[in-house]
Amino acid sequence: MKDLDLFVFVAVFQEMLGAFLWIGLGAVALVALLFVWLLLRERGMAAGRLVRSELVGLVGGVLAILVMQAVTHSGFSDIGGPIDWVLVALIWLAGFVIATLAAYVGFGLLALRRSAPVTGRPLQKPA
Amino acid sequence: MPRTLDSRGWGPTIGRRSLLLASGAAAAALAIRAPRAAPVRTGARIVVAGAGAAGLAAASRLARELEGATITLIDQRKPHLYQPGFTLVAAGLKPKEYVIGETRAFVPPGATLIEEGVAEFDPDGKKVVTDSGRAVAYDFLVLATGLQLDYGAIEGMDVARIGRDGLGSVYASPDAALATWQAMSAFADRGGVALFGRPATEMKCAGAPLKYAFLTDDILRRRGNRGRAELIYNAHNNALFSVPIVSERVRMLYQEREVKVNYGHQLQAIDLGRRIATFSTAQGPKELPYDFINVVPPMRAPQAVRNSPLGWRSGPWQADGWAEVDRHTLRHARYPEVFAVGDVAGVPKGKTAASVKWQVPVAVDHLVATIAGRESTARYNGYTSCPLITRIGRAMLVEFDYQDNLVPSFPGVIAPLDELWITWVMKEVALKPTYLAMLRGQA
Repeated sequence: MKDLDLFVFVAVFQEMLGAFLWIGLGAVALVALLFVWLLLRERGMAAGRLVRSELVGLVGGVLAILVMQAVTHSGFSDIGGPIDWVLVALIWLAGFVIATLAAYVGFGLLALRRSAPVTGRPLQKPA
Repeated sequence: MPRTLDSRGWGPTIGRRSLLLASGAAAAALAIRAPRAAPVRTGARIVVAGAGAAGLAAASRLARELEGATITLIDQRKPHLYQPGFTLVAAGLKPKEYVIGETRAFVPPGATLIEEGVAEFDPDGKKVVTDSGRAVAYDFLVLATGLQLDYGAIEGMDVARIGRDGLGSVYASPDAALATWQAMSAFADRGGVALFGRPATEMKCAGAPLKYAFLTDDILRRRGNRGRAELIYNAHNNALFSVPIVSERVRMLYQEREVKVNYGHQLQAIDLGRRIATFSTAQGPKELPYDFINVVPPMRAPQAVRNSPLGWRSGPWQADGWAEVDRHTLRHARYPEVFAVGDVAGVPKGKTAASVKWQVPVAVDHLVATIAGRESTARYNGYTSCPLITRIGRAMLVEFDYQDNLVPSFPGVIAPLDELWITWVMKEVALKPTYLAMLRGQA
């Protein structure tokens, strides 16, 4: 490919996805930020939640592959060479990482909501 | 109520907030790009004849690289056709709308579009005359008229009957591509004899007729009717493709898929009622009956170009009027202020969108260099590519140059002669966005 710089890459993805490119990138950035925020707030990773999120991630990876196949009118029988398996692995990995992070953030926010006090600041007694 | 199109000419309108988000991110992308040379100031008048893939891509780049130039596009066709998608429409994989956009949506800011055809080229007087008789003078001309499908050269052929009586022809229009799918699909339900082939003239995307035979074979197999059908590919000479190594690979695949090959067969006449195609061969005319046929007509430079002094005056491209340009710079041999890009350029191979993508930056650089008074070192090496579909879900990423060398973009990663899913995914997902970015001069 000629002139394959980041600008071309962005231009092609812009044509491919239109506004969804930026909505999607924004959503991924938001999930990543919330993930970091949760880590800081909870001072570390919640192991049990991570395992549950990874289970969701496994399904997310498979879903990503199935979506790509549906969009391209193709299936597993079309895999023809090693690079095709690499592509399948990359698509799965992307789906896995995004779904795991999203699930971790989702579970984390739910946990925060459950542990938050039901009422607000106690009313001050009148002097 | 007419469908609202976005600025791309394809798809629904996007909201203002999305646009703002997009422009912010695009600005970020611009910021990380290597700095471009400042635009060259000029008062030059540039006419771009033809607003297809080559014309729009050239106009976009010229508009970006020049400041103060008068850039005039001339083309009578209002819809813009994404021709690499025709095969997908004719395979029932994409709707007709997939290949139809709006020319005006791709005209770069600062350029003017005259929605008329060019009736006459006068390179000695440095002007073109439109269908209405309007003369448009130029200092530089970018010839990007595309080509003419010469269906009239096939005796008995009637474009209006595409889609009926087993007659297919992918190239004629989006409607014809869809009608071809209907005819091919009906054939795939019944079986019989299907004929494929290509003309002896230069043609756009020489891989397309091969692909269509592969796709027909695949669809027959998916419907369990391959045993009831005979597929015959009629090559115009003694090869299936102009690049020997690719030709041999296709021969092997056709043998494996049981597609028969006749060499030295050129379609000269067709009896649409009796479903008989007549081919000229070294042994004389030969009649072949068919149940389905994909007609690929001879292709020539448009009439106005053929009538002008711009065509080759000798050699293999003289008869069909292809523009006589230097194969490495795309500059006209006798009129240095004229460049030809895209299908109309009289260069070996290279009548594809991929060729346009590589030709346009070279021609534009030479044109801008002339204005700026510098020498351009840009050279076009004949690069073109063809995602050669071998079945639904797999394709070979064939890329080559003037010398028939394979020039893979991803050497050692994507093997050019392997049937791969990744190549198919690129064809279905990435090719059109790359094409659209090219129209805007961004890729």
